[in-house]
Amino acid sequence: MDIFAALAHGMVVALQPMNLVFALIGVFLGTAVGVLPGIGPALTVALLLPVTYKLDPGGSLIMFAGIYYGGMYGGSTTAILINTPGESASMATALEGYKMARAGRGGPALATAAIGSFVAGTLATIGLVFVAPYLVDIAVKFGPEDYFALMVVAFVTVSATFGDSPVRGLTSLFIGLTLGLVGIDKLTGQPRLAFGVPELLDGVEVTTLAVGLFAVGEALYVVSRRHQVEEKVEAVRGSLWMTKEDWKRSWKPWLRGFCFGFPIGALPAGGAEIPTFLSYSAERRLTAHPEEFGKGAIEGVAGPEAANNASAAGTLVPLLTLGLPTSATAAMMLAGFQQYGLNPGPLLFAERPDLVWGLIASLFIANMMLLVLNLPLVGLWVRLLAIPQPWLYAGILVFATMGTIAAKPSVVELTMLTGFGVLGFLMRRYDFPIAPVVVGLILGPLAESQLRRALSISLGDPMALVQSPISATLLGVAFIALVAPFVVKNMSRFKATED
Amino acid sequence: MTDSGAQETGPARRGVDWAGIAIAAALALLAMVLVLDAMRIQANVTYGMGPQAIPIAIAIGLGVLAIGNLVNALRGDFPEREHMDFRPVGLVLGGLAVMISIIGLGGGFIPAMTVLFAATATAFGRRAILVDLAIGFVIGVIIYIAFSRLLTLSLPAGPIERLF
Repeated sequence: MDIFAALAHGMVVALQPMNLVFALIGVFLGTAVGVLPGIGPALTVALLLPVTYKLDPGGSLIMFAGIYYGGMYGGSTTAILINTPGESASMATALEGYKMARAGRGGPALATAAIGSFVAGTLATIGLVFVAPYLVDIAVKFGPEDYFALMVVAFVTVSATFGDSPVRGLTSLFIGLTLGLVGIDKLTGQPRLAFGVPELLDGVEVTTLAVGLFAVGEALYVVSRRHQVEEKVEAVRGSLWMTKEDWKRSWKPWLRGFCFGFPIGALPAGGAEIPTFLSYSAERRLTAHPEEFGKGAIEGVAGPEAANNASAAGTLVPLLTLGLPTSATAAMMLAGFQQYGLNPGPLLFAERPDLVWGLIASLFIANMMLLVLNLPLVGLWVRLLAIPQPWLYAGILVFATMGTIAAKPSVVELTMLTGFGVLGFLMRRYDFPIAPVVVGLILGPLAESQLRRALSISLGDPMALVQSPISATLLGVAFIALVAPFVVKNMSRFKATED
Repeated sequence: MTDSGAQETGPARRGVDWAGIAIAAALALLAMVLVLDAMRIQANVTYGMGPQAIPIAIAIGLGVLAIGNLVNALRGDFPEREHMDFRPVGLVLGGLAVMISIIGLGGGFIPAMTVLFAATATAFGRRAILVDLAIGFVIGVIIYIAFSRLLTLSLPAGPIERLF
């Protein structure tokens, strides 16, 4: 079968010694940075992008894969041991996991999170292997109006549908779209929003934006609330290993978590923590030990963690097959592709199958490495968490700046970094979601070029946008998604906590 | 002070939310900047959209959102905000500004990072500036050597970098 041949070829690529080394470095760095409080997976990828500038595309994409998965593992370690609300990628894990840590069962919590992530991540990557070729076949039939409609759906779901305030979410999105306008218009060569500053002609670098909003903005925000109580790290007491009882109670939540996470993560719509939320509620209803929920039930860690990882792997489906990023982390991965002039999508599958399948094969390897690395190295990660806050954030700012300087050592770029930091700070303070800005920046120009292509093919006829059944349906979905939060209360339950 | 009514998310705010109004005004201003910039473009596209079409569309969107945010501000829809401590924020921003100046004036990567590290650590509460400057210096040196030797990426070189 074609798929197995492609995957086997990818495995050959992934198992080359140099690529294995890259995967290992990526996994290690990703976990280390992901463990640090205040740094989510998107920022982890953004901070580590400059490390890959000089490497060949294959190797660095493999390193990204490692960083991507590693960042998620690291984040769950933090969730269990520190319980910082709203900054970790899975609040549900923090709910039960932190209680377990306090009860001296931190080891099993971490173990079930790691193993569950491995199981669900592997299953989800298998899912990716089988779903991707079919989606690529469908995507090849997509015309520009279909792509445009799909991107509109992504815009609306990322910003408006799930969240506290659709107005604020859309504002974030439009700020991102505005930033995406800066630079030279590709179709006509006209400069837009450059104000005569030559450095702006290249546009706003997505890494500068992401690092500014996430790292600098977070640092400014935390420092402004320094008088708040500092987080306490729960020590990992007792055994690291899970008892037979723990295994018995964990394996079904793992599988259920995968079933929730992968399909929903693979949908080309962004911004929802539905899988984790669903997994938590399902485990709560199905558990044989309902009295433990709220005090540290292992199912409450196993399920959501598996769902979270499966969903993260699922996000790679629209990214690789359609080139559509549906989360800030996916947007950073797309930026990673773009820095080599690669555009994920059906064309990349056809032109560079070694690259794409090598990447997918590396996901399996990265998953395995993470399982092997993480449990023994828990002690190391806990020590990282114990770095005093002043040095932690000072180090974060130094790394953030270093990345920008390595890419573009200009005063203009660094001023933009600081400016985005201030923006990120203000957005946190006034409760504007941050991910839509990044998605708007990277997806806006793509959407615009598809729109203009569709209109010039149709010689200016706007009806072309709804003539294809796919695009008409998708635009309808987008409209419903836009109106839903105003009509249906409680959509904010599904708000994404990834940052 | 009038109670602007209870909302489902977040407690009610008393009186007018000046910050929210400022945000709405900023959005409106941004929309105007977009329109002015778009009008400056002279490109004639035979069919389809020119480069000025999307900026104007986005500007309209921003205008609508400015009104939306204004409505939210008047209705007290912005959540309650805790008291913020300005001084450390100013210190971090000052550190960033000094860092940018050092790089801009050719002082080099290492001194810039040294200052940034120390300023941030101080903003977060440490009172040992000399130690922090030393740590920042060491970190800067390590990164510089790692990047320029191992990864052959060039970082801005000032007088101190030339010693390495």
